Amino acid sequence: MSTPPDSSVEIIQVTKRFGTVTAVDEVSLEVRRGEFFALLGPSGCGKTTLLRLIAGFEEPSAGTIRIHGSDVTLAPPHRRPVNMVFQHYALFPHLTVAENVAFGLRYQPLARAAHAARVTEALELVRLAGYEQRRPDQLSGGQRQRVALARALILQPQVLLLDEPLAALDPNLRREMQVELKSLQRSLGITFVFVTHDREEALAMSDRIAVMNGGRVEQVGSPAGVFESPETEFVARFLGAVNVFTAEVRRAEDGLLTLGLPDGTELAVPATGPPRLRREPVRFVVRPEKLALRAVPAASEVSLPVTVEDRVYHGASTEWIVRDGRGDRFTVYMQNTGPAGEAPSFSPGSPAFLGWDPRYCVLLRES
Amino acid sequence: MENRQRARTAYSLLLPVWLVLGIFFLAPLVLMLAVSFAQRGTYGGIEPVSDLRSYLGSGAFLANHARSFEAIYLKIGWRSLWMAVLTTVLCLAVSFPAAYYLAILAPRRWKSLLLGLVVVPFWTSFLIRTYAWMFILRTEGLLNLILMGSGLLHRPLELLYTQTAVMIGLVYGELPFMILPLYASLEKLDRSLLEAAADLGAGRSESFRRVTVPLSLPGIAAGVVLVFIPSLGQFVVSDLLGGARGMLLGNLIQNQFAVARNQPFGSAIAFELMAAVLFLLLAYAVYMKRRGEEELL
Repeated sequence: MSTPPDSSVEIIQVTKRFGTVTAVDEVSLEVRRGEFFALLGPSGCGKTTLLRLIAGFEEPSAGTIRIHGSDVTLAPPHRRPVNMVFQHYALFPHLTVAENVAFGLRYQPLARAAHAARVTEALELVRLAGYEQRRPDQLSGGQRQRVALARALILQPQVLLLDEPLAALDPNLRREMQVELKSLQRSLGITFVFVTHDREEALAMSDRIAVMNGGRVEQVGSPAGVFESPETEFVARFLGAVNVFTAEVRRAEDGLLTLGLPDGTELAVPATGPPRLRREPVRFVVRPEKLALRAVPAASEVSLPVTVEDRVYHGASTEWIVRDGRGDRFTVYMQNTGPAGEAPSFSPGSPAFLGWDPRYCVLLRES
Repeated sequence: MENRQRARTAYSLLLPVWLVLGIFFLAPLVLMLAVSFAQRGTYGGIEPVSDLRSYLGSGAFLANHARSFEAIYLKIGWRSLWMAVLTTVLCLAVSFPAAYYLAILAPRRWKSLLLGLVVVPFWTSFLIRTYAWMFILRTEGLLNLILMGSGLLHRPLELLYTQTAVMIGLVYGELPFMILPLYASLEKLDRSLLEAAADLGAGRSESFRRVTVPLSLPGIAAGVVLVFIPSLGQFVVSDLLGGARGMLLGNLIQNQFAVARNQPFGSAIAFELMAAVLFLLLAYAVYMKRRGEEELL
């Protein structure tokens, strides 16, 4: 297998087992140069193990890892052109900020005399100039995070690995750091591989996202790609597309698939994935914000009679929980754009119609 | 009000230990200090002083302390100091890898068993364990039996009643007191710091030198104090395993009380040794405090 020129990290058929547990299961991924790449998934999905495999803290049970074309599968961490920002920063408590940042410089081909200037430069980059002589325990969470960042970036790695770097920060600071990290990455042009369990964070920051589950990569794509076109039920649910419908294939023509809902309603949806057979059972999802709750069915929409079960008012939107005749639950987000806020007034127990544009149906790949 | 009550509770909790230490430790200590200024009686014990004023005025009360600075005793003191330093250094050298293994490398399920093994020797009296070393080290002992049986040696090693034997006994006896504090500080060492060091380019030895050792300094200091001080006053090991020429300060003191029946002189040396130890402890405390303050800056 040859390395494409713009490839940064290549993970080829990598498996990592801990005893009987398979943490990473035959994962293949390619991260491109200068890309902000997120590994997204719930805890225990193998995303952190994958990051640690790239960093060299774990040795794969099988497979190959290449960084900028060279095989690093068995290289120890200190011989890899990557640096890591640890989840809890892992700053050296016995060293000052400046000493922490300078820690790795002596292993670089760089004259001692140039160290101080590089440290100053790195601290300015993360807006921590003037904090050189502080100790880590005298810094706030956000400042520690910046020191960890400076300590890694000063070594000018080809790839920066970040293990849930924002998880320990409070929400406001987290948002601020998201913007800062993103602009830092853009200005430095370094590849960032970022582990997170927070879907909003992944969507907001990444160029591409790999959604992981049970040690496998379920889907890789742009934020809009995984958000709008989830391929599996797991990806759909993890990204909030919780409305899963079951249907049966009736006809296929011109890139459209005509499906029949259990109540007999027919709808034509965009055909994606493998060719489907007639009468094949399929499942599709519709995102909650693409569903609407109507008192009377709209002619241009697919309609499903439902009963309103619950209502959660979020201010800008209202979340409606409804149930169809077969007992399946669906969630609808309606934007409160009207002058009086909430538009339709339904109450729990009242009948309504779930309406949506069939183009918003996304067919799922059955795993 | 509440504060006062809390203080009262604190005092009442401390009362028993104050009583025990006061009656059985502090009072004898004061007594010993007083005796160290007295004259030895002809048949042991203390010779009553007839003219206290002239006794104090002539400086005769300092005779025992002055005597302790004679060359022969200074030589013993110097040897004891040297042995204690060597014991401490050897203990540190042997304990660090062991503690490192226990704290960082050992599989979790073996950890408590292995730690238990470090403490197991305490189940047997130190005296008996030192006797056991006699059986190991003597000419027809276990060690020579093995060495000669395996053909490595043709003549037995003359180990027992040498400085080497004393050294072995001392290091053996003090080992747990070094391993345990080292283990405690290494155990607290955040592994991700070692990973961070590796990630930043430090190889194993570099990350050991720049991260592991500095962060285990408190444990090293505690271990050094715990090993050095008892080694300085040891007399059982040197008595049983050392020869006649291997006398240490501990033996000298014990000798003055038990054999020479010169309580005043024995008290004088004992007190001086204690003063030296206290001085070292103070230096240690000052050092640790300064380190602590540095960390706050």
